[in-house]
Amino acid sequence: MKVLVPVKRVVDYNVKVRVKSDQTGVDIANVKMSMNPFDEIAVEEAMRLKEKGTVSEVVAISCGVAQCQETLRTAMAIGADRGVLVQTDEELQPLAVAKILKGIAEKEQPDLIILGKQAIDDDANQTGQMLAALMGWPQATFASKVEVADGKATVTREIDGGLETLELTLPAIVTTDLRLNEPRYVTLPNIMKSKKKPLETLTPADFGVDVTPRLKTLKVVEPAARSAGIKVPDMAALVDKLKNEAKVV
Amino acid sequence: MSVLVIAEHDNAQLKAATLNVVAAATQIDSDVHVLVAGGDAQAVADEAAKVAGVTKVLMADSPALADALAENVAEQVLAVASDYSHILFASTAGGENVSPRVAAKLDVAQVSDIMTVISADTFERPIYAGNAIATVQSSDATKVLTVRTTSFDAVAAEGGSAEIVKIDSVADSGGSEFIGRELATSDRPELAGAAVVVSGGRGMGSADNFKILDPLADKLGAALGASRAAVDAGYAPNDWQVGQTGKIVAPQLYVAVGISGAIQHLAGMKDSKVIVAINKDGEAPIFGVSDYGYVGDLFEAVPEMVTTL
Repeated sequence: MKVLVPVKRVVDYNVKVRVKSDQTGVDIANVKMSMNPFDEIAVEEAMRLKEKGTVSEVVAISCGVAQCQETLRTAMAIGADRGVLVQTDEELQPLAVAKILKGIAEKEQPDLIILGKQAIDDDANQTGQMLAALMGWPQATFASKVEVADGKATVTREIDGGLETLELTLPAIVTTDLRLNEPRYVTLPNIMKSKKKPLETLTPADFGVDVTPRLKTLKVVEPAARSAGIKVPDMAALVDKLKNEAKVV
Repeated sequence: MSVLVIAEHDNAQLKAATLNVVAAATQIDSDVHVLVAGGDAQAVADEAAKVAGVTKVLMADSPALADALAENVAEQVLAVASDYSHILFASTAGGENVSPRVAAKLDVAQVSDIMTVISADTFERPIYAGNAIATVQSSDATKVLTVRTTSFDAVAAEGGSAEIVKIDSVADSGGSEFIGRELATSDRPELAGAAVVVSGGRGMGSADNFKILDPLADKLGAALGASRAAVDAGYAPNDWQVGQTGKIVAPQLYVAVGISGAIQHLAGMKDSKVIVAINKDGEAPIFGVSDYGYVGDLFEAVPEMVTTL
Protein backbone atom coordinates (compact mmCIF):
# COMPACT_ATOMS: atom_id res chain seq x y z
CA MET A 1 0.00 0.00 0.00
CA LYS A 2 0.94 3.58 -0.62
CA VAL A 3 1.33 6.37 1.93
CA LEU A 4 1.48 10.10 1.17
CA VAL A 5 3.28 12.40 3.60
CA PRO A 6 2.91 16.16 3.09
CA VAL A 7 5.88 18.11 4.51
CA LYS A 8 6.13 21.84 5.12
CA ARG A 9 9.18 24.09 5.01
CA VAL A 10 9.11 26.32 8.08
CA VAL A 11 11.42 28.53 10.12
CA ASP A 12 13.55 26.18 12.23
CA TYR A 13 12.09 25.59 15.67
CA ASN A 14 15.19 26.98 17.37
CA VAL A 15 14.93 30.36 15.66
CA LYS A 16 13.24 33.16 17.57
CA VAL A 17 11.47 35.12 14.85
CA ARG A 18 11.43 38.91 14.72
CA VAL A 19 8.45 40.94 13.69
CA LYS A 20 9.19 43.33 10.80
CA SER A 21 9.15 46.99 11.75
CA ASP A 22 6.49 47.76 9.13
CA GLN A 23 4.19 45.18 10.80
CA THR A 24 3.66 43.22 7.57
CA GLY A 25 4.88 39.93 8.97
CA VAL A 26 7.89 38.24 10.50
CA ASP A 27 11.36 38.55 9.06
CA ILE A 28 12.32 35.20 7.52
CA ALA A 29 15.16 36.49 5.31
CA ASN A 30 18.41 34.64 6.10
CA VAL A 31 16.95 32.50 8.88
CA LYS A 32 17.42 28.75 9.02
CA MET A 33 14.55 26.81 7.49
CA SER A 34 13.74 23.18 8.30
CA MET A 35 11.05 20.58 7.92
CA ASN A 36 8.15 21.16 10.31
CA PRO A 37 8.94 18.86 13.29
CA PHE A 38 5.52 17.18 13.27
CA ASP A 39 5.98 16.39 9.56
CA GLU A 40 9.30 14.75 10.35
CA ILE A 41 7.43 12.51 12.78
CA ALA A 42 4.96 11.77 9.96
CA VAL A 43 7.74 10.73 7.54
CA GLU A 44 9.31 8.57 10.25
CA GLU A 45 6.00 6.83 10.95
CA ALA A 46 5.50 6.12 7.25
CA MET A 47 9.03 4.65 7.10
CA ARG A 48 8.36 2.42 10.10
CA LEU A 49 5.24 1.07 8.38
CA LYS A 50 7.33 0.45 5.28
CA GLU A 51 10.05 -1.31 7.26
CA LYS A 52 7.39 -3.57 8.82
CA GLY A 53 6.30 -4.52 5.31
CA THR A 54 2.85 -2.96 5.63
CA VAL A 55 3.63 -0.16 3.21
CA SER A 56 5.32 -0.46 -0.17
CA GLU A 57 5.74 3.16 -1.21
CA VAL A 58 6.13 6.47 0.66
CA VAL A 59 5.60 9.67 -1.34
CA ALA A 60 6.55 13.05 0.17
CA ILE A 61 4.72 16.16 -1.00
CA SER A 62 5.50 19.79 -0.39
CA CYS A 63 3.58 22.88 -1.46
CA GLY A 64 5.27 26.26 -1.74
CA VAL A 65 8.38 27.98 -3.08
CA ALA A 66 11.17 26.29 -5.10
CA GLN A 67 13.29 25.84 -1.94
CA CYS A 68 10.73 23.31 -0.64
CA GLN A 69 12.79 20.91 -2.76
CA GLU A 70 15.26 20.87 0.14
CA THR A 71 12.49 19.80 2.51
CA LEU A 72 11.53 17.04 0.09
CA ARG A 73 15.17 15.92 -0.13
CA THR A 74 15.21 15.67 3.67
CA ALA A 75 12.07 13.51 3.56
CA MET A 76 13.73 11.32 0.93
CA ALA A 77 16.89 11.12 3.05
CA ILE A 78 14.75 9.80 5.93
CA GLY A 79 13.53 7.26 3.38
CA ALA A 80 10.62 8.50 1.26
CA ASP A 81 10.77 6.91 -2.20
CA ARG A 82 9.99 10.03 -4.22
CA GLY A 83 8.91 13.62 -3.91
CA VAL A 84 6.26 15.86 -5.43
CA LEU A 85 6.66 19.64 -5.27
CA VAL A 86 3.63 21.78 -5.98
CA GLN A 87 5.40 25.02 -6.66
CA THR A 88 4.01 28.50 -6.14
CA ASP A 89 5.28 31.79 -4.75
CA GLU A 90 1.82 32.70 -3.45
CA GLU A 91 1.07 32.58 0.27
CA LEU A 92 -0.64 29.23 0.89
CA GLN A 93 -3.31 28.93 3.55
CA PRO A 94 -4.47 25.57 4.96
CA LEU A 95 -7.66 25.33 2.85
CA ALA A 96 -5.65 25.85 -0.37
CA VAL A 97 -3.07 23.26 0.71
CA ALA A 98 -5.86 20.78 1.54
CA LYS A 99 -7.33 21.30 -1.95
CA ILE A 100 -3.96 20.72 -3.62
CA LEU A 101 -3.42 17.59 -1.53
CA LYS A 102 -6.87 16.35 -2.54
CA GLY A 103 -5.80 16.70 -6.19
CA ILE A 104 -2.66 14.69 -5.50
CA ALA A 105 -4.55 12.06 -3.50
CA GLU A 106 -7.01 11.56 -6.36
CA LYS A 107 -4.10 11.04 -8.74
CA GLU A 108 -1.96 8.88 -6.45
CA GLN A 109 -4.75 6.86 -4.79
CA PRO A 110 -2.97 6.28 -1.44
CA ASP A 111 -4.37 4.13 1.37
CA LEU A 112 -3.13 6.46 4.07
CA ILE A 113 -2.05 10.09 4.33
CA ILE A 114 0.01 11.01 7.40
CA LEU A 115 0.41 14.71 8.21
CA GLY A 116 1.86 16.71 11.09
CA LYS A 117 -0.86 17.94 13.44
CA GLN A 118 0.21 21.55 13.03
CA ALA A 119 2.96 23.62 11.48
CA ILE A 120 5.04 25.63 13.90
CA ASP A 121 4.84 28.83 11.83
CA ASP A 122 1.12 29.55 11.44
CA ASP A 123 0.11 27.14 14.26
CA ALA A 124 -3.17 26.53 12.43
CA ASN A 125 -3.80 22.82 13.07
CA GLN A 126 -6.19 22.53 10.13
CA THR A 127 -4.78 20.89 7.00
CA GLY A 128 -5.20 17.22 7.93
CA GLN A 129 -8.77 17.62 9.10
CA MET A 130 -9.64 19.75 6.05
CA LEU A 131 -8.17 17.16 3.69
CA ALA A 132 -10.12 14.39 5.45
CA ALA A 133 -13.35 16.36 5.03
CA LEU A 134 -12.68 17.16 1.35
CA MET A 135 -11.88 13.49 0.63
CA GLY A 136 -14.80 12.25 2.73
CA TRP A 137 -12.30 10.05 4.62
CA PRO A 138 -12.19 9.20 8.32
CA GLN A 139 -9.50 10.88 10.42
CA ALA A 140 -7.49 10.27 13.56
CA THR A 141 -5.74 13.43 14.66
CA PHE A 142 -2.99 13.84 17.29
CA ALA A 143 -1.86 10.21 16.99
CA SER A 144 0.47 8.67 19.54
CA LYS A 145 0.30 5.11 18.13
CA VAL A 146 -0.62 3.78 14.69
CA GLU A 147 -1.17 0.16 13.67
CA VAL A 148 -2.24 -0.83 10.17
CA ALA A 149 -3.67 -4.23 9.25
CA ASP A 150 -6.48 -5.73 7.17
CA GLY A 151 -7.60 -2.48 5.59
CA LYS A 152 -7.90 -0.74 8.95
CA ALA A 153 -5.79 1.67 10.94
CA THR A 154 -6.01 1.45 14.71
CA VAL A 155 -4.91 4.77 16.10
CA THR A 156 -4.39 5.92 19.69
CA ARG A 157 -4.96 9.66 20.00
CA GLU A 158 -3.94 12.30 22.51
CA ILE A 159 -7.11 13.94 23.83
CA ASP A 160 -7.83 16.32 26.69
CA GLY A 161 -7.43 14.27 29.85
CA GLY A 162 -5.89 11.15 28.33
CA LEU A 163 -5.96 8.87 25.30
CA GLU A 164 -8.57 7.36 23.04
CA THR A 165 -8.39 4.67 20.40
CA LEU A 166 -10.21 4.71 17.07
CA GLU A 167 -10.38 2.18 14.27
CA LEU A 168 -10.49 3.75 10.82
CA THR A 169 -11.43 2.06 7.58
CA LEU A 170 -8.77 2.87 4.98
CA PRO A 171 -8.22 5.08 3.10
CA ALA A 172 -7.84 7.47 6.00
CA ILE A 173 -6.01 10.49 7.37
CA VAL A 174 -3.73 10.45 10.42
CA THR A 175 -2.10 13.52 11.99
CA THR A 176 0.89 13.08 14.25
CA ASP A 177 1.47 14.17 17.81
CA LEU A 178 4.76 14.48 19.61
CA ARG A 179 4.98 11.05 21.22
CA LEU A 180 4.25 8.99 18.10
CA ASN A 181 7.93 8.33 17.47
CA GLU A 182 11.38 9.84 17.58
CA PRO A 183 12.58 10.57 14.04
CA ARG A 184 15.87 9.00 13.03
CA TYR A 185 18.97 11.03 12.28
CA VAL A 186 19.60 11.50 8.63
CA THR A 187 22.92 9.97 7.62
CA LEU A 188 25.27 11.30 4.95
CA PRO A 189 24.94 8.23 2.68
CA ASN A 190 21.16 8.64 2.80
CA ILE A 191 21.45 12.33 1.96
CA MET A 192 23.53 11.34 -1.08
CA LYS A 193 21.00 8.69 -2.05
CA SER A 194 18.10 11.14 -1.70
CA LYS A 195 19.59 13.30 -4.43
CA LYS A 196 19.07 10.51 -6.95
CA LYS A 197 15.43 9.90 -6.02
CA PRO A 198 12.74 11.22 -8.41
CA LEU A 199 11.25 14.65 -7.69
CA GLU A 200 8.32 15.81 -9.78
CA THR A 201 7.36 19.50 -9.95
CA LEU A 202 3.76 20.56 -10.52
CA THR A 203 1.72 23.72 -9.92
CA PRO A 204 -1.61 24.40 -8.14
CA ALA A 205 -3.11 25.06 -11.59
CA ASP A 206 -2.40 21.41 -12.52
CA PHE A 207 -5.06 20.53 -9.95
CA GLY A 208 -7.35 23.44 -10.84
CA VAL A 209 -6.89 24.94 -7.37
CA ASP A 210 -7.28 28.67 -6.79
CA VAL A 211 -4.86 29.40 -3.95
CA THR A 212 -5.88 33.03 -3.40
CA PRO A 213 -5.71 33.61 0.39
CA ARG A 214 -9.09 33.84 2.11
CA LEU A 215 -7.68 35.50 5.20
CA LYS A 216 -6.02 38.86 4.86
CA THR A 217 -3.29 39.67 7.36
CA LEU A 218 -3.80 43.30 8.34
CA LYS A 219 -0.79 43.51 10.61
CA VAL A 220 1.65 41.48 12.67
CA VAL A 221 2.97 42.83 15.96
CA GLU A 222 5.14 41.70 18.85
CA PRO A 223 3.22 40.30 21.79
CA ALA A 224 3.05 42.40 24.96
CA ALA A 225 6.39 41.88 26.67
CA ARG A 226 6.61 40.52 30.16
CA SER A 227 9.36 42.02 32.25
CA ALA A 228 11.61 40.02 34.51
CA GLY A 229 10.87 40.26 38.21
CA ILE A 230 13.12 39.73 41.19
CA LYS A 231 15.21 36.88 42.56
CA VAL A 232 14.39 35.69 46.04
CA PRO A 233 17.10 34.43 48.42
CA ASP A 234 15.11 31.58 49.96
CA MET A 235 11.74 29.89 50.15
CA ALA A 236 10.63 31.94 53.16
CA ALA A 237 11.05 35.10 51.09
CA LEU A 238 9.25 33.52 48.14
CA VAL A 239 6.26 32.41 50.20
CA ASP A 240 6.13 35.82 51.87
CA LYS A 241 6.02 37.54 48.45
CA LEU A 242 3.33 35.18 47.19
CA LYS A 243 1.19 35.74 50.28
CA ASN A 244 1.67 39.44 50.93
CA GLU A 245 2.74 41.04 47.65
CA ALA A 246 1.17 38.98 44.84
CA LYS A 247 -1.59 37.71 47.14
CA VAL A 248 -2.02 34.51 45.12
CA VAL A 249 -1.73 31.96 47.91
CA MET B 1 -27.55 36.52 12.02
CA SER B 2 -26.92 34.43 15.12
CA VAL B 3 -23.66 32.86 16.17
CA LEU B 4 -23.23 29.20 17.09
CA VAL B 5 -21.01 27.80 19.83
CA ILE B 6 -20.22 24.10 19.77
CA ALA B 7 -20.44 22.81 23.34
CA GLU B 8 -17.53 20.87 24.75
CA HIS B 9 -18.78 18.10 27.03
CA ASP B 10 -18.54 14.45 28.06
CA ASN B 11 -22.30 13.72 27.76
CA ALA B 12 -22.64 14.29 31.50
CA GLN B 13 -21.20 17.76 32.10
CA LEU B 14 -20.58 20.88 30.11
CA LYS B 15 -16.83 21.59 30.06
CA ALA B 16 -15.75 24.95 31.42
CA ALA B 17 -14.04 25.84 28.11
CA THR B 18 -17.51 26.36 26.62
CA LEU B 19 -18.06 29.34 28.95
CA ASN B 20 -14.98 31.06 27.52
CA VAL B 21 -16.14 30.40 23.96
CA VAL B 22 -19.58 31.83 24.77
CA ALA B 23 -17.77 34.92 26.08
CA ALA B 24 -16.02 35.33 22.71
CA ALA B 25 -19.33 34.74 20.91
CA THR B 26 -21.15 37.46 22.83
CA GLN B 27 -18.53 39.93 21.60
CA ILE B 28 -19.58 39.12 18.03
CA ASP B 29 -23.37 39.04 18.38
CA SER B 30 -25.95 39.08 21.16
CA ASP B 31 -27.86 36.09 19.76
CA VAL B 32 -25.70 33.17 20.89
CA HIS B 33 -26.86 29.60 20.32
CA VAL B 34 -25.12 26.51 21.69
CA LEU B 35 -25.10 23.15 19.93
CA VAL B 36 -24.92 20.12 22.20
CA ALA B 37 -24.12 17.12 20.00
CA GLY B 38 -23.90 14.01 22.13
CA GLY B 39 -25.47 10.78 23.29
CA ASP B 40 -27.73 10.81 26.33
CA ALA B 41 -26.59 14.37 26.90
CA GLN B 42 -29.78 15.99 28.22
CA ALA B 43 -27.94 17.06 31.39
CA VAL B 44 -25.43 18.96 29.24
CA ALA B 45 -28.20 20.72 27.32
CA ASP B 46 -29.87 21.68 30.62
CA GLU B 47 -26.58 23.11 31.85
CA ALA B 48 -25.97 24.97 28.57
CA ALA B 49 -29.44 26.54 28.76
CA LYS B 50 -28.50 28.16 32.07
CA VAL B 51 -25.29 29.76 30.77
CA ALA B 52 -25.44 33.55 30.85
CA GLY B 53 -25.82 35.06 27.38
CA VAL B 54 -27.06 31.92 25.64
CA THR B 55 -30.38 32.48 23.83
CA LYS B 56 -31.04 29.01 22.45
CA VAL B 57 -29.68 25.48 22.86
CA LEU B 58 -29.80 23.03 19.96
CA MET B 59 -29.64 19.45 21.08
CA ALA B 60 -28.78 16.56 18.80
CA ASP B 61 -28.87 13.31 20.73
CA SER B 62 -27.78 10.06 19.13
CA PRO B 63 -25.46 7.11 19.81
CA ALA B 64 -23.51 8.23 16.70
CA LEU B 65 -22.60 11.44 18.53
CA ALA B 66 -21.82 9.91 21.92
CA ASP B 67 -18.09 9.45 21.31
CA ALA B 68 -17.56 12.81 19.61
CA LEU B 69 -16.22 11.26 16.40
CA ALA B 70 -15.05 14.16 14.23
CA GLU B 71 -16.82 12.91 11.10
CA ASN B 72 -20.24 12.75 12.78
CA VAL B 73 -19.97 15.90 14.89
CA ALA B 74 -18.81 17.90 11.84
CA GLU B 75 -21.82 16.66 9.84
CA GLN B 76 -24.11 17.64 12.71
CA VAL B 77 -22.69 21.16 12.73
CA LEU B 78 -22.99 21.38 8.94
CA ALA B 79 -26.67 20.40 9.19
CA VAL B 80 -27.41 23.70 10.95
CA ALA B 81 -24.49 25.84 9.67
CA SER B 82 -26.51 27.84 7.12
CA ASP B 83 -28.40 29.61 9.94
CA TYR B 84 -25.26 31.17 11.37
CA SER B 85 -22.76 33.90 10.52
CA HIS B 86 -20.11 32.52 12.90
CA ILE B 87 -19.37 29.03 14.21
CA LEU B 88 -17.12 28.88 17.26
CA PHE B 89 -15.23 25.99 18.80
CA ALA B 90 -12.82 25.89 21.73
CA SER B 91 -9.13 25.59 20.80
CA THR B 92 -8.90 22.27 22.59
CA ALA B 93 -8.07 18.80 21.30
CA GLY B 94 -11.83 18.29 20.92
CA GLY B 95 -12.58 21.52 19.08
CA GLU B 96 -9.52 21.43 16.86
CA ASN B 97 -10.39 17.91 15.78
CA VAL B 98 -13.77 18.91 14.33
CA SER B 99 -13.59 22.57 13.37
CA PRO B 100 -11.43 22.37 10.20
CA ARG B 101 -13.74 19.68 8.78
CA VAL B 102 -16.63 22.10 9.09
CA ALA B 103 -14.66 24.95 7.52
CA ALA B 104 -13.46 22.81 4.60
CA LYS B 105 -16.97 21.57 3.82
CA LEU B 106 -18.27 25.15 3.88
CA ASP B 107 -15.31 26.12 1.66
CA VAL B 108 -14.23 28.82 4.10
CA ALA B 109 -10.98 29.56 5.89
CA GLN B 110 -10.80 28.79 9.59
CA VAL B 111 -9.33 31.35 11.94
CA SER B 112 -7.51 29.30 14.58
CA ASP B 113 -7.01 30.21 18.20
CA ILE B 114 -8.45 33.73 18.26
CA MET B 115 -7.31 35.86 21.22
CA THR B 116 -9.27 39.03 20.50
CA VAL B 117 -12.45 39.86 18.61
CA ILE B 118 -11.75 43.17 16.89
CA SER B 119 -14.89 43.15 14.78
CA ALA B 120 -17.24 40.56 13.30
CA ASP B 121 -14.71 39.73 10.59
CA THR B 122 -11.36 40.70 12.17
CA PHE B 123 -9.53 38.81 14.88
CA GLU B 124 -6.15 38.63 16.59
CA ARG B 125 -4.38 35.29 16.73
CA PRO B 126 -0.92 34.10 17.78
CA ILE B 127 1.59 32.79 15.24
CA TYR B 128 5.11 31.41 15.69
CA ALA B 129 4.36 30.06 19.17
CA GLY B 130 2.96 33.40 20.26
CA ASN B 131 6.14 35.27 19.31
CA ALA B 132 4.02 37.35 16.96
CA ILE B 133 0.37 38.34 17.00
CA ALA B 134 -1.40 38.60 13.65
CA THR B 135 -4.55 40.60 12.98
CA VAL B 136 -6.47 38.75 10.28
CA GLN B 137 -9.61 39.60 8.37
CA SER B 138 -11.88 36.97 6.87
CA SER B 139 -13.81 37.65 3.69
CA ASP B 140 -15.75 34.38 3.83
CA ALA B 141 -19.53 34.24 4.25
CA THR B 142 -19.33 32.07 7.35
CA LYS B 143 -16.59 32.57 9.90
CA VAL B 144 -15.37 29.36 11.48
CA LEU B 145 -13.29 30.16 14.55
CA THR B 146 -11.48 28.31 17.30
CA VAL B 147 -11.15 30.30 20.49
CA ARG B 148 -8.14 30.46 22.81
CA THR B 149 -10.05 29.93 26.04
CA THR B 150 -7.50 31.66 28.28
CA SER B 151 -7.97 34.91 26.33
CA PHE B 152 -11.65 35.34 27.21
CA ASP B 153 -13.05 35.53 30.74
CA ALA B 154 -15.71 32.88 31.21
CA VAL B 155 -19.36 33.96 31.29
CA ALA B 156 -21.41 32.92 34.32
CA ALA B 157 -22.52 29.28 34.29
CA GLU B 158 -25.86 30.28 35.80
CA GLY B 159 -28.36 33.01 35.15
CA GLY B 160 -29.62 32.26 31.64
CA SER B 161 -32.80 30.47 30.69
CA ALA B 162 -32.53 29.55 27.04
CA GLU B 163 -35.01 27.27 25.31
CA ILE B 164 -33.77 23.81 24.33
CA VAL B 165 -34.69 22.76 20.80
CA LYS B 166 -34.19 19.16 19.77
CA ILE B 167 -32.90 18.75 16.24
CA ASP B 168 -32.58 15.69 14.01
CA SER B 169 -29.27 13.95 14.47
CA VAL B 170 -27.11 12.88 11.54
CA ALA B 171 -26.38 9.28 10.64
CA ASP B 172 -23.11 7.59 11.57
CA SER B 173 -20.49 8.13 8.84
CA GLY B 174 -19.31 4.56 9.31
CA GLY B 175 -15.61 5.14 8.50
CA SER B 176 -14.46 5.58 12.06
CA GLU B 177 -15.21 3.40 15.05
CA PHE B 178 -14.64 4.25 18.68
CA ILE B 179 -12.68 1.53 20.46
CA GLY B 180 -11.86 2.90 23.88
CA ARG B 181 -10.72 5.73 26.04
CA GLU B 182 -8.23 5.90 28.88
CA LEU B 183 -8.72 9.01 30.93
CA ALA B 184 -6.26 9.87 33.65
CA THR B 185 -8.12 9.91 36.93
CA SER B 186 -6.99 12.71 39.14
CA ASP B 187 -8.43 14.69 42.00
CA ARG B 188 -6.50 17.68 40.77
CA PRO B 189 -8.13 20.48 38.78
CA GLU B 190 -8.05 20.33 35.00
CA LEU B 191 -4.79 21.78 33.69
CA ALA B 192 -6.27 24.15 31.12
CA GLY B 193 -8.57 25.88 33.61
CA ALA B 194 -6.65 25.57 36.90
CA ALA B 195 -6.07 28.64 39.07
CA VAL B 196 -2.64 27.33 40.06
CA VAL B 197 -0.29 25.20 37.95
CA VAL B 198 2.92 23.51 39.11
CA SER B 199 5.05 22.36 36.17
CA GLY B 200 8.24 20.36 35.99
CA GLY B 201 10.88 20.36 33.29
CA ARG B 202 13.89 18.37 32.23
CA GLY B 203 15.62 19.45 35.44
CA MET B 204 13.35 17.03 37.33
CA GLY B 205 15.66 14.28 36.09
CA SER B 206 13.22 11.35 36.07
CA ALA B 207 9.58 10.32 36.21
CA ASP B 208 10.11 9.25 39.82
CA ASN B 209 11.49 12.65 40.79
CA PHE B 210 8.35 14.28 39.39
CA LYS B 211 6.58 12.93 42.48
CA ILE B 212 8.22 15.60 44.63
CA LEU B 213 5.86 18.06 42.94
CA ASP B 214 2.80 16.22 44.32
CA PRO B 215 2.91 17.68 47.87
CA LEU B 216 3.42 21.17 46.45
CA ALA B 217 0.48 20.77 44.07
CA ASP B 218 -1.61 19.35 46.96
CA LYS B 219 -0.81 22.33 49.14
CA LEU B 220 -1.58 24.86 46.39
CA GLY B 221 -4.60 23.00 44.99
CA ALA B 222 -2.74 23.06 41.71
CA ALA B 223 -2.87 21.14 38.45
CA LEU B 224 0.38 19.49 37.36
CA GLY B 225 2.07 20.42 34.11
CA ALA B 226 5.30 19.71 32.29
CA SER B 227 7.54 21.14 29.63
CA ARG B 228 7.88 19.47 26.25
CA ALA B 229 11.42 18.43 27.20
CA ALA B 230 10.07 16.58 30.25
CA VAL B 231 7.37 14.90 28.16
CA ASP B 232 9.92 14.01 25.47
CA ALA B 233 12.15 12.46 28.12
CA GLY B 234 9.23 10.35 29.36
CA TYR B 235 9.09 12.02 32.79
CA ALA B 236 5.47 13.13 32.44
CA PRO B 237 2.42 12.24 30.32
CA ASN B 238 1.81 14.23 27.14
CA ASP B 239 -1.50 15.40 28.54
CA TRP B 240 0.48 17.54 31.01
CA GLN B 241 2.39 19.35 28.29
CA VAL B 242 2.24 23.13 28.51
CA GLY B 243 3.41 25.04 25.44
CA GLN B 244 3.02 25.72 21.76
CA THR B 245 2.18 22.13 20.96
CA GLY B 246 0.48 21.30 24.24
CA LYS B 247 -1.90 23.23 26.44
CA ILE B 248 -2.10 26.99 26.79
CA VAL B 249 -2.61 28.01 30.41
CA ALA B 250 -3.03 31.35 32.15
CA PRO B 251 -3.47 30.60 35.86
CA GLN B 252 -3.25 33.06 38.75
CA LEU B 253 0.00 31.36 39.78
CA TYR B 254 2.37 29.31 37.63
CA VAL B 255 5.28 27.58 39.36
CA ALA B 256 7.97 26.42 36.91
CA VAL B 257 10.32 23.89 38.49
CA GLY B 258 13.47 22.81 36.65
CA ILE B 259 12.19 24.40 33.45
CA SER B 260 14.72 26.39 31.42
CA GLY B 261 12.08 28.32 29.49
CA ALA B 262 12.32 27.35 25.81
CA ILE B 263 10.30 29.54 23.42
CA GLN B 264 7.81 26.72 22.93
CA HIS B 265 7.15 26.47 26.66
CA LEU B 266 6.86 30.22 27.25
CA ALA B 267 4.24 30.29 24.50
CA GLY B 268 2.00 28.19 26.71
CA MET B 269 2.28 30.00 30.04
CA LYS B 270 3.52 33.57 29.71
CA ASP B 271 0.03 35.00 30.17
CA SER B 272 -0.10 33.63 33.72
CA LYS B 273 -0.71 36.32 36.32
CA VAL B 274 2.20 35.47 38.59
CA ILE B 275 5.11 33.26 37.52
CA VAL B 276 7.54 31.63 39.93
CA ALA B 277 10.68 29.95 38.61
CA ILE B 278 12.91 27.54 40.51
CA ASN B 279 16.01 26.58 38.58
CA LYS B 280 19.65 25.92 39.36
CA ASP B 281 20.81 27.87 36.30
CA GLY B 282 20.54 31.57 37.09
CA GLU B 283 20.87 32.41 33.38
CA ALA B 284 17.88 30.28 32.34
CA PRO B 285 15.43 32.20 30.08
CA ILE B 286 12.56 31.33 32.42
CA PHE B 287 13.84 34.00 34.81
CA GLY B 288 13.23 36.58 32.06
CA VAL B 289 9.47 36.13 32.37
CA SER B 290 9.14 35.20 36.04
CA ASP B 291 7.97 37.57 38.77
CA TYR B 292 9.83 35.65 41.46
CA GLY B 293 12.87 33.54 40.75
CA TYR B 294 14.88 31.26 43.00
CA VAL B 295 18.26 30.02 41.86
CA GLY B 296 19.10 26.76 43.56
CA ASP B 297 18.56 23.03 43.87
CA LEU B 298 14.92 22.21 43.23
CA PHE B 299 15.15 19.00 45.27
CA GLU B 300 15.79 21.11 48.35
CA ALA B 301 13.67 24.11 47.39
CA VAL B 302 10.42 22.31 46.60
CA PRO B 303 10.07 20.41 49.91
CA GLU B 304 11.10 23.60 51.73
CA MET B 305 8.42 25.56 49.89
CA VAL B 306 5.85 22.97 50.95
CA THR B 307 6.77 23.29 54.62
CA THR B 308 6.88 27.09 54.47
CA LEU B 309 3.48 27.44 52.80
